[in-house]
Amino acid sequence: MSWQIRYLGKPLVFAACLYPVLHLLAGAFGLAGVSLGADPVAVMLHTCGKWTLNFLMITLCMTPLRDLTHSTLWLRFRRMFGLFAFFYVLLHLTVYLVLDQAGKLGALWQDILKRPYITIGMLGLVLLVPLAFTSTAKSQRRLGRRWTRLHRLVYLVAVLGVWHFWWQVKKDIREPLLYACGLTLLLGYRLWKERRSLVKVGAGRLARTDGA
Amino acid sequence: MRKDKSMRKTWLQSVKIRPSDITPEHRFLSRRALLAGGAGVAALGALSLTGLTRRALGQPAAAASEAAAGAAGALTFTRNAAYSVSEPPNSYQDITTYNNFYEFGTDKSDPAEYAQKLRTHPWTVSVGGECEVTGRYALEDILKPHPLEERIYRLRCVEAWSMVVPWVGFPLGDLLKRFKPTSKAKFVEFKTLYDPAQMPGQRRSVLPWPYVEGLRIDEAMHPLALMVVGLYGKVLPNQDGAPLRLIVPWKYGFKGIKSIVSIRFTERMPGTTWAGAAPSEYGFYANVNPAVDHPRWSQATERHIGGSLFGQRRPTLPFNGYADQVAALYSGMDLKRYF
Repeated sequence: MSWQIRYLGKPLVFAACLYPVLHLLAGAFGLAGVSLGADPVAVMLHTCGKWTLNFLMITLCMTPLRDLTHSTLWLRFRRMFGLFAFFYVLLHLTVYLVLDQAGKLGALWQDILKRPYITIGMLGLVLLVPLAFTSTAKSQRRLGRRWTRLHRLVYLVAVLGVWHFWWQVKKDIREPLLYACGLTLLLGYRLWKERRSLVKVGAGRLARTDGA
Repeated sequence: MRKDKSMRKTWLQSVKIRPSDITPEHRFLSRRALLAGGAGVAALGALSLTGLTRRALGQPAAAASEAAAGAAGALTFTRNAAYSVSEPPNSYQDITTYNNFYEFGTDKSDPAEYAQKLRTHPWTVSVGGECEVTGRYALEDILKPHPLEERIYRLRCVEAWSMVVPWVGFPLGDLLKRFKPTSKAKFVEFKTLYDPAQMPGQRRSVLPWPYVEGLRIDEAMHPLALMVVGLYGKVLPNQDGAPLRLIVPWKYGFKGIKSIVSIRFTERMPGTTWAGAAPSEYGFYANVNPAVDHPRWSQATERHIGGSLFGQRRPTLPFNGYADQVAALYSGMDLKRYF
């Protein structure tokens, strides 16, 4: 089982995760009959942004799926999905900086200061950096419980990401609303689990006191 | 409260001397007289012909090659170089596949896909409000007296992208004058067709339907304001606002209302769609202004559609580059307040 995941499951999933960026590259160079339409820069920007959110959502699905299926198989893919979220957000920023703003760093800095949706987007990206750097098994071992606490930052990052999307939509909020609902479910599940375990612990303590 | 207001208005109207009271009778235009006029008949024939041919062939306009469309929908027009910019226009493909026309969906590609169902023939435009000549007119009668001309205009979207488009049309002012606006006509209001059966985007309340836009009467009478019926020398494709749309090149694109079915002269500033939907973000005037940012994004620069992936960003010009012609319309106005 372990062997199959490592040499079959993971490479296949990895290749699938690259599909969006390969599609964009084909479109940018006019390969394989792919076209990005009249405004390729906007398509690249939005595709990378949406896949960042998609991968954040997928990453957050792994724990509920483990609980639901009683299988830890899911957790073996969690790091890859998280790192793909980071990969796509870096591409998102690169497209914005190099293609949209034509490499004007001053413009980016001004946007960060002046545009709230860019401020929170950048904040989300910056918060992902320590998570990406401590994603190795070695870091996980070294940081121990602190690793778990640190990586809870991903909840905040996901909230900032959806917020960033919501704020730049002109009027049709269907898509950001969908992400917001999904995220509410995923985070709500964790809150519910936490409360339930607290109640359990509390009840256990109470029972012990009674017995004493 | 609303009732009170309208009552007061009626009272005021009853006291004021109406312009028709002082207009000699022989100056009144009957509807028949309005329809008389010779020019543009050839273009008109082509217009209705194309509608038929396109339906008969079941051919989507966007997919039609320029040559094929040219044979069927060619318009008769003259080139107006004095009112054209020298920049090269965007491709027909770009102009007909990258559209904001929420009546057909909110994606830029939706109009090209869903607007083909729109029947633009027959088409009627109702004219009313503060003018002497009112009624419902067939599109052919609206267009008949107006010789068509091609003007290559810049188009700047409020979303900070831009294009250059070779429109075919005629000055809006020439059309409006035929309806004899009264001295109370301070504004003109336009409405888009409301028909959710043909316009699937209207089945969702993204915006309040029908779409409404308006201009101050002096803006509407400005020679740059254009009634458009064609693109690249051919009948306007549905996704670009067929059969009749407005283009006001010094304003953001959303002022250029599409598929117009109503023109009304009003005394008060009409409530317009985007200004009503998000008053802090879109104003009635919506003049292109690099100095006044959208609350959520900068308007100082724009990305020019088409060309290479790099270097599409360029500075946005005051009044979209038409400041010399139109800035005087707004002298003394605080453009930060009246954005």
